[in-house]
Amino acid sequence: METTTPTAASSAATAVATRADFLKVDHFHFFYGKKQALFDVNIEIPERQVTAFIGPSGCGKSTLLRNFNRMNDLIDGVRHEGDILIDGHSIYDPKLEIIALRRSIGMVFQKSNPFPKSIYENIVYSLRIAGRPSRKQLDETVERSLRGAALWDEVKDRLHDSALGLSGGQMQRLCIARAIANQPEILLMDEPCSALDPIATVKVEELIHTLKKDFTIVIVTHNMQQATRCSDLTAFFYLGKLIEFDRTQKIFSNPGQKQTEDYITGRFG
Amino acid sequence: MHRRRLPDLFRILCVVASVLTVATLAWMVLEITHQSWPAIQKFGFGFITESRWIPNRDLYGVLPFLVGTSVSAFIAILFALPLGLAVAIFLSEDFLHPHIRQAIRFTVEMLAAIPSVVYGLWGIFVIIPLVKIFGAWAVVTFKGVPVLGTLFHAPTYGNSLLTASIVLALMILPTLTAISRAALVAVPSTLREGSYALGATRWETIFGVLLPTAAPGIVAATILAIGRAMGETMAVAMLIGNSTRLTSSLLSPAGTLAGLLANQFGEADGLQINSLMYAALVLMVLTLVVNMLGEMVLRYTQRQTAGIR
Amino acid sequence: MSATATNAPAPIDFLSRVRSADSGKRAFGNTLLNGVCMLLALLTLVPLVSILFLLLKKGLPLLNLDVFRLLPPAAGMTGGGFGNAVIGTLVMVGLALTLAVPLGVLAAIYVNEYAPASRLAHGVRFVAKLLTGIPSIICGVFAYAVIVLPNGPIVLLCQKLGLPFTGGFSAWAGGFALAILVLPTIILTAEQALLGVPKAYREASYGLGATNFQTIWHIVLPDAVPAIMTGIMLAVARAAGETAPLIFTALFSQYWMHSIKEPTASLSVLIYNFSTLPFEHQVNMAWTASLVLVILVTIANVTAQIAFRKK
Repeated sequence: METTTPTAASSAATAVATRADFLKVDHFHFFYGKKQALFDVNIEIPERQVTAFIGPSGCGKSTLLRNFNRMNDLIDGVRHEGDILIDGHSIYDPKLEIIALRRSIGMVFQKSNPFPKSIYENIVYSLRIAGRPSRKQLDETVERSLRGAALWDEVKDRLHDSALGLSGGQMQRLCIARAIANQPEILLMDEPCSALDPIATVKVEELIHTLKKDFTIVIVTHNMQQATRCSDLTAFFYLGKLIEFDRTQKIFSNPGQKQTEDYITGRFG
Repeated sequence: MHRRRLPDLFRILCVVASVLTVATLAWMVLEITHQSWPAIQKFGFGFITESRWIPNRDLYGVLPFLVGTSVSAFIAILFALPLGLAVAIFLSEDFLHPHIRQAIRFTVEMLAAIPSVVYGLWGIFVIIPLVKIFGAWAVVTFKGVPVLGTLFHAPTYGNSLLTASIVLALMILPTLTAISRAALVAVPSTLREGSYALGATRWETIFGVLLPTAAPGIVAATILAIGRAMGETMAVAMLIGNSTRLTSSLLSPAGTLAGLLANQFGEADGLQINSLMYAALVLMVLTLVVNMLGEMVLRYTQRQTAGIR
Repeated sequence: MSATATNAPAPIDFLSRVRSADSGKRAFGNTLLNGVCMLLALLTLVPLVSILFLLLKKGLPLLNLDVFRLLPPAAGMTGGGFGNAVIGTLVMVGLALTLAVPLGVLAAIYVNEYAPASRLAHGVRFVAKLLTGIPSIICGVFAYAVIVLPNGPIVLLCQKLGLPFTGGFSAWAGGFALAILVLPTIILTAEQALLGVPKAYREASYGLGATNFQTIWHIVLPDAVPAIMTGIMLAVARAAGETAPLIFTALFSQYWMHSIKEPTASLSVLIYNFSTLPFEHQVNMAWTASLVLVILVTIANVTAQIAFRKK
């Protein structure tokens, strides 16, 4: 396993030091009941970059992603060994409230799942459940989130229309807006473009480029071209193990492991 | 050549059966209307606004019974809705042991299987004494209070509108629970996941996403349960006191359309029969309308949830 | 250009930011609501337990074989039983099934196998749905109008055909009322049963050159029979427990049944009559009859769900 630290850390002028191990997975094993899905995964994901998880179906990349915000806890009979740390703090710390953890991490799913409410209400949902924000706060959040998701211009005149009336690509961008409304640290995306047409996909990929300025993004994708276009780092998984993790450039031009090379060149799917 | 005859015969049989089925409903409406015709001619729509029912003088009006039917159904829903929703949520979520969920599901099924007349018998033994005690307390406590004072004024009877409504609530609970639960389960799990991923707790998800999405289905369940409550006869007849007068107190005896029919058909004759038929017609139309409304809402909600996927 | 704030979080310690949310309060509210919901759900157990308890406590003492052999006691007398009521219930339910099952199953066959898209099929489905919502007492009213009243159409028909039937309260009328009551159930469950037969079977049969009738009779029906039996059992459970359709069609009788043209006793009407009498013995008898009725209905329901389940 190799990690490469981004060069930004050396610049003293930046106010914030970007941490190379912002999201750290430490000797992590994961089990669905008796079946083991992840085997001794060790990875350090740096801040404010896009990391892609690639690999064939069933290799465990989505499983690992869903552990970052402990969504797998909703399934019966799951079990883990090892640890996952964000900014040095374990997410399994019993003093940590899961719902608070999830608020600090945004998730976008494979199939967009807007609530059957208005566009406005979809975005402010997470604010409403956490308190009684003022109308002004809500309005500001909605505009900020929709701008951040590159959707504001398209829907600003119909914020109170049903979200279900949007096109597929717009719905997915709405889900992204909803996920960043909370101003989370980390954005998790589980094959966000697999249900979208090519034009919508391009829009979402452009969005990812913009978003990485503010968020740490981890994206699961089975589309290798997408990984090449969008990500700074790539991790290749196979049968529950992390095979190789490096800068995307290197993985796709000169992979270190034979298995990686076989997957990339399409010798197995 | 000879073999051909048999299949045709069977198809004809089936067609006849289908026609007879459709004809049954039509025949029902026609026959009951036909039998009530003399009363319709004599009373017209005044039948519905007339509040006196006096067989001796051949004066008939169903207003007290309409009010009784509606109010008892309404109060039954008031009791049954929170209970039924709680059970529906309980059965559709998974925060408790599957064995306990199975026990509750079994309980609700059993409640649905108990015959109406047994509910009536049980109500006589258990609910009437309870209502008498409550009534005595309520009459004293609410004396002079604007609305409650009229609803609960002396004298208290065991056989009263309140008693019947409570037992009615139990009887419509299974219907309400079953349809509400189906509505909750039909909400796509992706919506649930989306809510949890935003950091919501289970109950925030239930109130914020699940219930609003399942709301039309729950409305359909309520309407259909009201329809059932309005048609319920035996338990109500045994507990409501079967008075033929309008009262404002929940603690007084009252009457429902179904109860009226149950009590008086056995010994009626002449114009009374026609008037009872007229009352049956009113009841039939009432329940048909409510049920059709419920079915329409149910079908609308099924199309809605399919759209979300 | 009004919103200039970025979407980036302030660079503070992750854990402290995460902890500061009011999540503690929300988690508590969550647990509280869990408790309230559970309490309400368990509340539904209370009436059921109460009913079962009373059924056993008040009904068991008088339950013995005599009760099936003897006739109902007169007012004020003790002893006796309700043998005639049990027979009456069974006979009238049987009558109801004789009328409703052929009618319902044949109609369902037409709707599902012959012409599913026809207007008649839509009509049948629509009518079946509506009939499920009809109060049971209306079925009694209908039977009253049609069979009991001396000027009813069935009576007139019988007179024309020379049949010896002059109307009046009878088991016929009660059975007819119950038949109307269970007809929608039979149709709807039979339709479900037929839908449950895999399309592949039919295609294989037609592919071999069989006619509609042969396919239905030899392939579809046999496969659908278990599910149809379930529907019939459910109908039995429903019909046995009903009182309203019987109180002014079959009325009641203190004696053993002689013919189906006479007023006939039934368990449900017996319970209704006895429960409001001022005699303790009669009321206890009502409890015993209730116990027997609930056992009967439960057996029918359980049989429906277990015995006829398709493998």
